Amino acid sequence: MTEHAVVHANPAFEAFKAIANMLADPRASFLGAVGGLILMLRFRRYVFNWYVGAFVLIVEAVVILAGMMDPNFKLIIGKPDNVPITIMLFLSTITLWLAMTQAVNNERRAEQKLPPEEKETSNQKTWVWPDLLYIEFIALILCTVALILWAVYLRAPLEEPANPSATPNPSKAPWYFLGLQEMLVYYDPWYAGVVLPLIIIMGLMAIPYIDTNPKGNGYYSFAERKFSVSMFLFGYLALWVFMIITGTFLRGPGWNFFGPFEYWDPHKVVALNNVNVSDYVWVVLFPKLGDLTGIAWFKQGLPPVQNVVPALIPPDMASIRAFGHELFMAWKREFAGIIFIGLYFLAGPWVMGKTFLKSYFKSLDFGRYSLLAFLVLTMGTLPLKMVCRWLFDLKYFIDTPWIKF
Amino acid sequence: MLGKLKNSVMDSQVKKSIFRVGIPNTDRKRVLIVLGNVFLHLHPTKVRTSGVKLRYTWCAGGLSFFLFLVLTLTGVLLMFYYRPTVEGAYVDMLDIRSQVPFGIMRELHRWSAHAMVIMVMIHMFRVFMTGSYKPPREFNWVIGVILLVLTFLLSFTGYLLPWDQLAIWAITVGSNMAKAHPFVGAAGPFADFLQIGGVPLVHPGDDARFMLIGAKELGGTTLLRFYVLHCVAIPLGAAVLMAIHFWRIRKDGGISGPL
Ligand code: HEM
Repeated sequence: MTEHAVVHANPAFEAFKAIANMLADPRASFLGAVGGLILMLRFRRYVFNWYVGAFVLIVEAVVILAGMMDPNFKLIIGKPDNVPITIMLFLSTITLWLAMTQAVNNERRAEQKLPPEEKETSNQKTWVWPDLLYIEFIALILCTVALILWAVYLRAPLEEPANPSATPNPSKAPWYFLGLQEMLVYYDPWYAGVVLPLIIIMGLMAIPYIDTNPKGNGYYSFAERKFSVSMFLFGYLALWVFMIITGTFLRGPGWNFFGPFEYWDPHKVVALNNVNVSDYVWVVLFPKLGDLTGIAWFKQGLPPVQNVVPALIPPDMASIRAFGHELFMAWKREFAGIIFIGLYFLAGPWVMGKTFLKSYFKSLDFGRYSLLAFLVLTMGTLPLKMVCRWLFDLKYFIDTPWIKF
Repeated sequence: MLGKLKNSVMDSQVKKSIFRVGIPNTDRKRVLIVLGNVFLHLHPTKVRTSGVKLRYTWCAGGLSFFLFLVLTLTGVLLMFYYRPTVEGAYVDMLDIRSQVPFGIMRELHRWSAHAMVIMVMIHMFRVFMTGSYKPPREFNWVIGVILLVLTFLLSFTGYLLPWDQLAIWAITVGSNMAKAHPFVGAAGPFADFLQIGGVPLVHPGDDARFMLIGAKELGGTTLLRFYVLHCVAIPLGAAVLMAIHFWRIRKDGGISGPL
C-alpha cells in the first residue's frame, strides 16, 4: 500500500469530508449563510473585531488547505479561472470585517456621545502631494507585484479549440454571472436571465433616492441604518457572493449539486418531480374537498389550457376569442398562484408598512415607498421560491402556456 | 564634479521646459505641481484627511481604475498578435503563449480582468457601507452602477475571444438568455404574439440574441462583434463614464466624510 492511500483512509478526514459535503448542500448552506448573517448582525458587538475576523480567515484558509488533500476538491479549487473566486471569498470576509468593525466602533462612540471616528480628522486637510500620492504609489506597486506573481505562477486557461458540436457538461457562464445561472434552477430564463438582472440594476440605481435617511453619510455605521445595511448585506453576500461560490464550486454536470469532496459524476441522475401550485390545488386539495362535500365540480382534475396565440394584425376574431377562452381557463387553473402572487405584491407593501417598514411607510412618499416595497418583495421572491422548492418540490407559482413564474 | 553636473541638468532649459515647478518643498509648489500636471490634477490639491485613510476607502476605487489602465495597456499589446477570426483566434492564442517573448501578457490581462470585477464589487460595497451614495453623491452612485455593468460586459465580451471550448460555451450560456427576452427574444414569452397575418416578426433571425451575436449560431460574426465591443466600444464608454465619475467626486465635495 502506498502512503498516498493511507492518507485518504484517515477516518477523521473522511468524516470531515462527509460533513462538509452535507453542509454544502444549498438547502443547508443557504439557510446557514442567511441565519449566520442575521446572528452576526444581532451579536455584532462580539463578532466584529480583529480577533474574530482573523479567526474566521484562518478557519477558511485551513478548510481550503486541508481540502486540497482531496483530489476532487483540488480539481475544482485549483481550476485557474476559479482562483479569483477563492480570492473573492477572502476579500469579502476581510472587507465585511473592515466595514463592520468600524461601524461597531462608531456605534460605541455614539453611546458615549462621541462623533464617529472619521469625524476626528474630517475637518483637517492632507496634501495630495506628497501624502495621497505616496499611498497611491504604494498601492499601485503592491498591486503590480501581486499581478505579476499571479501571472507568472498561474497560466491563463486555454482549452480545446471551439467545437460547437461538443457541448461540455456542465456549461457555465463566466463566474460573475453564476448567481444568475443558479437562479435558472428556480426561475425561467425570461425572469432569471432578463427581468431579474434589469430589476437588480434599476434597484441599485434607485438606492440613493429611496434611502432618505440622512444619517450614516460619510462614515461606517450600522445602528443608524439597520434596515438598509441589512438588506444590502443580504443581497450582496447571500444572493450574490454566496450564489457565485455555490455556482462555481458546487454545481457539476447537469447543474446538479455536488459536495466539495464529491466526484463530478456526469451520470448522476436526480429525479425531478416538481409540481405547480395548481397541481396541489386541483389534484390534491380539491378532490379531497370533493370527497368531503360530495360536490362533483371539485373532482374535475386539472383544467386543460391550450397554447393559443391570438392573431392581432390583422385582427382575427376567431383566434382572439379562442385566446380569450384559454386565458379564462388559465385563470381558472392557476387562480391560487395568481391570488398568492397578487397578494404578495399588493398586500405585501401594506403589511410591511405596518411592521418592519413602519418608519419608511411614514417618512417616504407614495412613489418611493412603493418602489422600496417592490424591490424588497422582489428580492424576497428568490429565497421564497428556493424554500418552496426544497419543502414542497414547487415548480411554478403560476404556470400558463405564455408565461411562467 | 557630480554637483556641477546635477546643477547643469537641473538648470537646463530642457528640464525647465518639462518640469516647471521644481522640487515641491513649499506649499505653493505642492499646489502648483498638482495643478500643472494633467494626470495629477484628477486630484484636488488637498483632500479631507479622513478620506485618504486606507481603512476608509480601502483604495478600492483607485485600484479599480489602476486595473483598468493595466487592462488597457496589456490589451493593446495583445491586439498586436490577435486576429478576431475563427481561423486565427485560437492559433494566435497558442502563439501568444509559446512564441511571443515575455509571454505573460495574456495572463496579466486575464487575471487583471478578474481582479477588476472583484475590485469594483468591493468598491461598491465600501461606498454602500460608508453611506457615500447619500446626497449630494446620488448621481455618482448611478454612474457607478453603470460602470459596474460595463465592467461585467467588458469581461463578458473578452471571455469569447480565445475561441476555445471554455469561451464559446460560456458565451452560449450567456447569450441564450438574450433569446428569452419577453417580446423581443424568439424563445421568450409573448414573442409569438408579434406577427402580421401569421408571419412572425420576432424569430431567431432577427431577435435580441441575433442582435447580440450577429447570427443564428455563435460564429465568426459573433467573434468580430464581441471583439469590437471589447476593444473599442465598451472601453470608450467606460472611459467617458470614469471621467464623469472622477469629475463628480470633486464637484460633490471630494471623498465623503461625516458632516
Ligand atoms: C470601473 C469602475 C469604477 C471606478 C474606476 C471607480 C473609481 C472611483 C474612485 C477612484 C473613487 C474615489 C474614492 C475611492 O477610491 O473609493 C470613487 C468614488 C466613488 N464611487 Fe466609484 N468607481 C467605479 C465604480 C463604482 C461603482 C460600481 C459604484 C457604485 C455603485 C461607485 C460609486 C462611487 C461613489 C458614490 C463614490 C464617492 C465615494 C465617496 O465620496 O466616498 N463607483 N470611485
